[in-house]
Amino acid sequence: MSGRLETTFEGLRKNRQKALIAYLMAGDPGLAETEQLVLALEQAGADIIELGVPFSDPIADGPVIQQAAERALRNGTSLRKILASVTSLRQRTNIPIILMLYYNSIHAMGCEEFCNAAKAAGVDGLIVPDMPPDEAGPLKVPADAAGLALIFLLAPTSTNDRRKLVAKESHGFVYYVSLTGITGSKLSNVGDIQHNIKKLKKVSAAPIAVGFGVATPEDASRVSKMADGVIVGSAIVKRIASHQQDPTMIGHVAEFVRSLKSAMAVG
Amino acid sequence: MPMLPDSHGRFGSYGGRYVPETLMPALLELEEEYAKAKKDRRFQTDLAYYLKQYVGRPTSLYRADRLTKKLGGAKIYLKREDLCHTGAHKINNAIGQVLLALRMKKRRIIAETGAGQHGVATATAAAMFGLQCEIYMGTEDMQRQALNVFRMRLLGATVTGVDAGSRTLKDAISEAMRDWTTNVQTTHYVLGSVLGAHPYPMMIRDFQAIIGREARKQILSAEKRLPDYLVACVGGGSNSIGLFHAFLRDPKVKMVGVEAGGLGVASGKHAARFSGGKPGVLQGTMTYLLQDENGQINLTHSVSAGLDYAAVGPEHSLYHDQGRIEYTYATDAEALTAFDLLAREEGIVPALESAHAIAHVVKLAPKLKKAQLIIANLSGRGDKDVQQVARMRGVSL
Repeated sequence: MSGRLETTFEGLRKNRQKALIAYLMAGDPGLAETEQLVLALEQAGADIIELGVPFSDPIADGPVIQQAAERALRNGTSLRKILASVTSLRQRTNIPIILMLYYNSIHAMGCEEFCNAAKAAGVDGLIVPDMPPDEAGPLKVPADAAGLALIFLLAPTSTNDRRKLVAKESHGFVYYVSLTGITGSKLSNVGDIQHNIKKLKKVSAAPIAVGFGVATPEDASRVSKMADGVIVGSAIVKRIASHQQDPTMIGHVAEFVRSLKSAMAVG
Repeated sequence: MPMLPDSHGRFGSYGGRYVPETLMPALLELEEEYAKAKKDRRFQTDLAYYLKQYVGRPTSLYRADRLTKKLGGAKIYLKREDLCHTGAHKINNAIGQVLLALRMKKRRIIAETGAGQHGVATATAAAMFGLQCEIYMGTEDMQRQALNVFRMRLLGATVTGVDAGSRTLKDAISEAMRDWTTNVQTTHYVLGSVLGAHPYPMMIRDFQAIIGREARKQILSAEKRLPDYLVACVGGGSNSIGLFHAFLRDPKVKMVGVEAGGLGVASGKHAARFSGGKPGVLQGTMTYLLQDENGQINLTHSVSAGLDYAAVGPEHSLYHDQGRIEYTYATDAEALTAFDLLAREEGIVPALESAHAIAHVVKLAPKLKKAQLIIANLSGRGDKDVQQVARMRGVSL
């Protein structure tokens, strides 16, 4: 489906490594910093970048990411400007870039125009947290045509029917939400995650990445033993927030990402 | 007319189920359980019992003679939802959903509230059935509806302030959805209006449709004919669809939904979705929204907390496009004038939400013949707004 995403997962598998997927809120504190962060996090060991597109009413997100979205919107960040940043990043990096955005941002631009613009910019995949596969029809056709991977989520509450549906519809990888909750919650029972991933493996051949609640190198280490990828969001965004005015912000965040990746590399 | 919504929860192109995957199983369970309950005689008997003996239904259809005379046109009837227990139509839905929660063995209830009426209704139903209850409310609304905050606490509910975004209804709904996502296995979310993901807009409409069923019988008994106009305010749109639904198949009955015009649509400070909005997705449903060109949701304004919301129920969006229902708005100033008018002419202090419906009646009635009939839905009483209106007029109580 998407060249860069597949190549990345395949390369990691050959080296018996797991993917570290680092989430950034695009435009927090500014798009120039976001671009620098993408490059610095790649250097620090991130394998895939997930760029959040700020939305005024992010129902799946906890306070850390909500506040980051508010900061990004206040400084004028928009989807079109984010796509321009991705275009500019593509001259400097080949790291897979996924956009995480709420459906209304896409709908306002129009599904087809959005997919074409995202592909042209160099986006590899999309995560739309308020769009289950049941509602994906209007986006699926132009996303497939543009070669953008539509990545769907599964949750601990998902039934076997839902697991099958998501496994069938998801491209690139399946995003397993580790807990019943919102982003930035505390990681819950790791045994449950393992149990659910085993069930998911039976119906899905795609790589499985686990997100929500992964906040420390120790969490990343534990989760990386069960899944093909680990997604870290709020813990990164929190560090960006607490170093907003600090010239060493990028170094701090990169150091944190390096600690996550080196914890994962073991085993 | 086809059955609405369809099996995907769609009213034409509106509605649907735009929620995080975590909530999908809960919505599917709710849809299934509601379908069973609807056919279950026991459930319907229980619901009818509580609506009659606890809520006090049927509410009366009152002929407002002095208001009619004052306006000098059509004969005006008021559907007195303000006489329901807790003072608004919201209890019709709260009782229905709490009965469903009991069937699903969920012992914890959450809800959002704007004006506080839905929060009070939910806290009331939860208290009556001995369930744990948490209400989310924007901090801006908590300030303008302080009386209702205290009422909910008296009823044993926890009221949690939401300090994000515009600090009003929209933000309270987002926070309730986050709570539900986190506690979905033990908790039922009692959404208060015909909003959100399927099956909510359908189910809440069904629970509120009793308003129109009663009004239809009552007007036929009083006047031996159907009304010419129905008028109701539209926030999310539950009291209006509740009144309108039983008349949708009567092509001669005209219907007007009155949105919050705030400081005027040109000012940008309003909540008139059909005057300033376009379709999009917010909080689980595809519908008309007040949004900017990037799809960010606009801040809204209304003197009435219950109408101060950026989206409208998806079923209304369909009827708007079809032209079956006319949507207009009343400004804050017009609503406040109507608030005074009804108090002085009829001895009824209306909720500021309902005062928007009365404000439209003030414009409409004089243009009609004396033989014509209007039913306005008096969706709630104004006790909760007395403090706010006093404050706005510089009166300290």
